[in-house]
Amino acid sequence: MGRTLAEKVWEQHVVRRVDGEPDLIYIDLHLLHEVTSPQAFEGLRLAGRDVRRPDLTLATEDHNVPTTPGPITDPVSRTQVETLRSNCEEFGIRLHPMGDAEQGIVHVVGPQLGLTQPGMTVVCGDSHTSTHGAFGALAFGIGTSEVEHVLATQTLSLRPFKTMAITVRGELQPGVTAKDVILAVIAKIGTGGGQGYVLEYRGEAIESLSMEARMTVCNMSIEAGARAGMIAPDETTFEYLRGRDHAPQGADWEAALADWRELRTDDDAVFDAEVVIDAAELTPFVTWGTNPGQGAPLAEAVPDPEAMGDDTAKAAARSALEYMGLTAGTPLRAIAVDTVFVGSCTNGRIEDLRAAAEVIKGRRVAEGVRMLVVPGSARVRLQAEAEGLDRTFAEAGAEWRLPGCSMCLGMNPDTLAPGERSASTSNRNFEGRQGTGGRTHLVSPLVAAATAVRGTLSSPADLDPMPTGRAAQAQSA
Amino acid sequence: MEKFTTHTGIGVPLRRSNVDTDQIIPAVYLKRVSRTGFEDGLFAAWRKADDFVLNAEPFRHGSVLVAGPDFGTGSSREHAVWALMDYGFRVVISSRFADIFRGNSGKQGLLTAQVSQDDVELLWKHLENNPGAEVTVDLTAKTVTADHIVCAFEVDEYTRWRLLEGLDDIGLTLSHVEDVDAFEAGRPSHKPTTTLR
Repeated sequence: MGRTLAEKVWEQHVVRRVDGEPDLIYIDLHLLHEVTSPQAFEGLRLAGRDVRRPDLTLATEDHNVPTTPGPITDPVSRTQVETLRSNCEEFGIRLHPMGDAEQGIVHVVGPQLGLTQPGMTVVCGDSHTSTHGAFGALAFGIGTSEVEHVLATQTLSLRPFKTMAITVRGELQPGVTAKDVILAVIAKIGTGGGQGYVLEYRGEAIESLSMEARMTVCNMSIEAGARAGMIAPDETTFEYLRGRDHAPQGADWEAALADWRELRTDDDAVFDAEVVIDAAELTPFVTWGTNPGQGAPLAEAVPDPEAMGDDTAKAAARSALEYMGLTAGTPLRAIAVDTVFVGSCTNGRIEDLRAAAEVIKGRRVAEGVRMLVVPGSARVRLQAEAEGLDRTFAEAGAEWRLPGCSMCLGMNPDTLAPGERSASTSNRNFEGRQGTGGRTHLVSPLVAAATAVRGTLSSPADLDPMPTGRAAQAQSA
Repeated sequence: MEKFTTHTGIGVPLRRSNVDTDQIIPAVYLKRVSRTGFEDGLFAAWRKADDFVLNAEPFRHGSVLVAGPDFGTGSSREHAVWALMDYGFRVVISSRFADIFRGNSGKQGLLTAQVSQDDVELLWKHLENNPGAEVTVDLTAKTVTADHIVCAFEVDEYTRWRLLEGLDDIGLTLSHVEDVDAFEAGRPSHKPTTTLR
């Protein structure tokens, strides 16, 4: 019987297999950041252990860093970042600190350096490590004990996952993006629907996505409870990698290509579960609740908890609406926001910024709305500035920031005030995620930009047409 | 790691599903670089409400948490496990756990006992009607007992063995270091390193 992509990558990394025990799996790339690593290094020191493969390890500062110029003012945040620096120095690990040309969110940095490649195993003490699955890598988040385990041994003791195919058939309509696809997937299978599975996204709609869009899809696999998400590598993948800093070169490139072309699910392979979605039915999607599965098409209304399936879902929806300050039946388009956030490891790459800029160009952020645009890495920031996107955002009244995790999580100065409502291109709408009492609606970059202009949840199709010709000249004069 | 065989303590009914790790410990509490002292962040947002279960006697002294499905979803932060253990919890009972949280718990000696949602409902009612009632969790027999309620729980066999023996994962792996050496010798040369070129 044939094997799935996930099974092939797994089999290539088995170091030791004994009946009744988990497999010992080799890790090709270990990414570190300041939040989940200090206790792991402390554990190594206490046990007198060294880092086995510093040359397969890379660290960056992202969660705590402020996105406005200047040093970290919060002393506890500063200690955490300084601890990462001293740990990397002590154990000989490459680090891209704040201000460095390669600094950024760990899941943006790995791929742009060409370090994430098909068929690899990639781990990081961060659940959004699933992002790297877009390259056909088996990539997943781990806890701090596992970070210590990988530092010491370059392996992890793991049980095989189950496999689930998520097939998105047909063609996406214009204005429907990767973010809408993944939000619809999570709404369909639920936040626990992927539990125990590696998801493989397939079908024409997935194949037609760019690498950056594929990363958006795989990034949020964890929000469906899945351990990882993957997409089989193809010409799009190879073209993205060709010539990147750490991509194979010369004869190694040819050898790598030959290996990578084998990384596809065999025709006769059997998945443990399958979900099929028709791309033509997808429209811009937003969340209304306090977990990423509580979402709906933008054209719909806040749902009625009493119409939900079981008692658990009813109770969860009731408490979500209470927290979000929403009433069942309110059209989603009528929900007014205070803040719009474009950024994060989900939607902080150059294509995301281009998409948002395209919508906002020549328009203004609505009165009373704050819009933050935060590039995912220093490279993304430089690229965006070279293209003039920073000016487009600034002219519209948005704030152009320095790279970091920013408002995706309330760990740095970018937070929502209690009761404030955001449209956010990030990945989690949990209670308090963006700041205590903050209310989050997850959206795509296109919806974020349109929402900033109108002040209520909107898609670009809701915007008045751009003034053209003489009218435009008159208006700008 | 300490051996875990049985534990008896006050049961705490947490009538919530989808208890994500941002609820267990909000990000603002993750900034310590030490391994202890995370109890102040446990359910920090919910503890601000007077009627939250852990604000009531005798539940504040609980050590067995009983929660709804999808406990521990979201962020991979192991701080969630440290916060629960630093507070005094030794067992979490739920009808479904998120993968990363369950893995993290197993490494630290926090037992994640999976029972049916019907059993969770039974335990919730019992603990609410008898505040301070004790729950006994027997890892050898894989049972949860609370007065007349006895239910079986699921836990993966390897984790169970490690908990019963109190074994350290890294030490176990390093005892097979020759297998790692052999694997590394056969890795394709085109695999990248992070060394600056």
